[in-house]
Amino acid sequence: MSFLRSPRAVPYLLLMPAIVVILAVIAVPLAVSLWSSFTPYQLTRPVTLFTFVGLRNYSRLLENTDFWWAFGRTILFITVTLNLELVLGLGLALLVNQITMGQRALRTIMMFPMMFSPILVGFQFKYILNDAVGLLNNALFDLGLITQPIPWLVEGTLANLSIMAAEIWMSTSVFAILLLSGLLALPKEPIEAAKVDGCNAVQTFRHITLPFLMPFIFIAMTIRSLDVARAYDMVRIMTNGGPAGRTELLWTLMARVGYQNSQMGMANAMGYVSILLSLVFTLYFYRKLVAARRYMGGVE
Amino acid sequence: MTIERPWQRWLIRAGVFFAMALLCVPGLWVVLTAFRPNIEILARPPVWLPQNPTFDNFRGIFGLLPDQQQGLPVARYFLNSLVISLTSTFVAIVIGMMGGYAFARYRFKAKGALFVSFMLSRTVPGIALSLPLFIVWSRLGILDTSFGLILVYLAINIPFTIWLTDGFFRQIPVDLAEAAQIDGCTRWQAFWKVEFPLARSGLASAAIFAFLTSWNEYALASQLTRTTVSKTMPVGLMDFTAQFTVDWAGMSAMAVLIIIPALLLTFLVQKHLIAGLTFGGVK
Repeated sequence: MSFLRSPRAVPYLLLMPAIVVILAVIAVPLAVSLWSSFTPYQLTRPVTLFTFVGLRNYSRLLENTDFWWAFGRTILFITVTLNLELVLGLGLALLVNQITMGQRALRTIMMFPMMFSPILVGFQFKYILNDAVGLLNNALFDLGLITQPIPWLVEGTLANLSIMAAEIWMSTSVFAILLLSGLLALPKEPIEAAKVDGCNAVQTFRHITLPFLMPFIFIAMTIRSLDVARAYDMVRIMTNGGPAGRTELLWTLMARVGYQNSQMGMANAMGYVSILLSLVFTLYFYRKLVAARRYMGGVE
Repeated sequence: MTIERPWQRWLIRAGVFFAMALLCVPGLWVVLTAFRPNIEILARPPVWLPQNPTFDNFRGIFGLLPDQQQGLPVARYFLNSLVISLTSTFVAIVIGMMGGYAFARYRFKAKGALFVSFMLSRTVPGIALSLPLFIVWSRLGILDTSFGLILVYLAINIPFTIWLTDGFFRQIPVDLAEAAQIDGCTRWQAFWKVEFPLARSGLASAAIFAFLTSWNEYALASQLTRTTVSKTMPVGLMDFTAQFTVDWAGMSAMAVLIIIPALLLTFLVQKHLIAGLTFGGVK
């Protein structure tokens, strides 16, 4: 017990409660989840939790076209939305950076979507895009642009674009706000120097502003890849994977298989695939962030 | 990169205005809807601005309208949300602050690995985590209890609180606490008298961030709560949707109730929040 009283034990004691909670609520359930992904566990038949079937769930997943569609759609969804959010967020940050009067008010407005619960974002777009009472169709009617209502959430391709638009609306602000704070921290001298040396605006941006912003971009990417699965809430209320599974993402499919069909073993196998996906995304950006930070440290 | 020509300046202003409109209109539209009678929502041609603003939608969701037999238990949902969010926030801040302080002030074995593990524990998608939690919580008998959900939100909020507080504590020079210790304070006293007051505004924003995360969470709550005993506001929102019909007026009123606390709290801490996120990451 002498270790516990020594100064070396202090940080471990401070971290103990946090570690206990994470172990109890995340690590242990994940172990259960891993085990159940090797069983044919069904909620309605509890005994099945103790039948070991090896990789059967996983091999069935690999043969399942619904799963592959959801998987591919999820990758596409993440890639398209993250990239567009970055580009739009960067654009917005650069625009707002040019405004001197009322910039604080603009920053406040930019925070607006960030305080929305994803389920609220889903609801608001479900309402606005509704083909009968929605704001968008009503506006298009009144402007005389359409004569038939556009079925935003009912037609497969449009529904996919709609959930992407909602996701982009929800998260572009994260990029815009973090990148704007990067732009505000940007030192003035290198830009002046570049201008003296005859760089035009594009060159200055390409060679000075953008490299400086890189760590901020990676922070935003890391934060976003941490909570990218929040899109589940939004899709759940907007389309719930419909019409006919055309907007099914990994997350909605897993909920359907686990809770509606009560095939928990299979759902947990999918859960593991989704966890690995999130892990890979996050680790990738986190490593980029660490590298960029080291690079910045070298320059300063 | 200063813009000289006036037309360019106007172009930028127009662009900013357009972007801000895109960010504001959807939310405002829902708020307007919350004050409309149902006839106006379904009217064709559409009614743009509410002609007969009313509080009936709010009365309706609390079951206060005279011709109503029974409303949804929205008051109960609100109370559940409040209790669950406040409790999990308070405990997460205490535990997270201890952790953040350990990371900011001490060197110890496996520090980096621990930090990354905390971060990564946050990446598990809510719905994927809900599957095993559903199994374990039902065996432990804490499914559909506030306690069960509080525990889950603790685990979600602690890593982020650690990340933020680590950043805030690192901004406070070590010398300050050391000076206090030389003057005869214990490390414990030095923390409470010197470092804690300096980190207080940062801690407040970490707290509000944790509160918002719990207040807005849906994926886990939707599976781990079943009845009015523990259902939260975001889960309650789904009560308004049936297979083919949606009660737009009721949902909008409920949405306003969910957004108001979030709105107030975010405005309070926006400055600290941005500073916390970027400092924690860059420095």
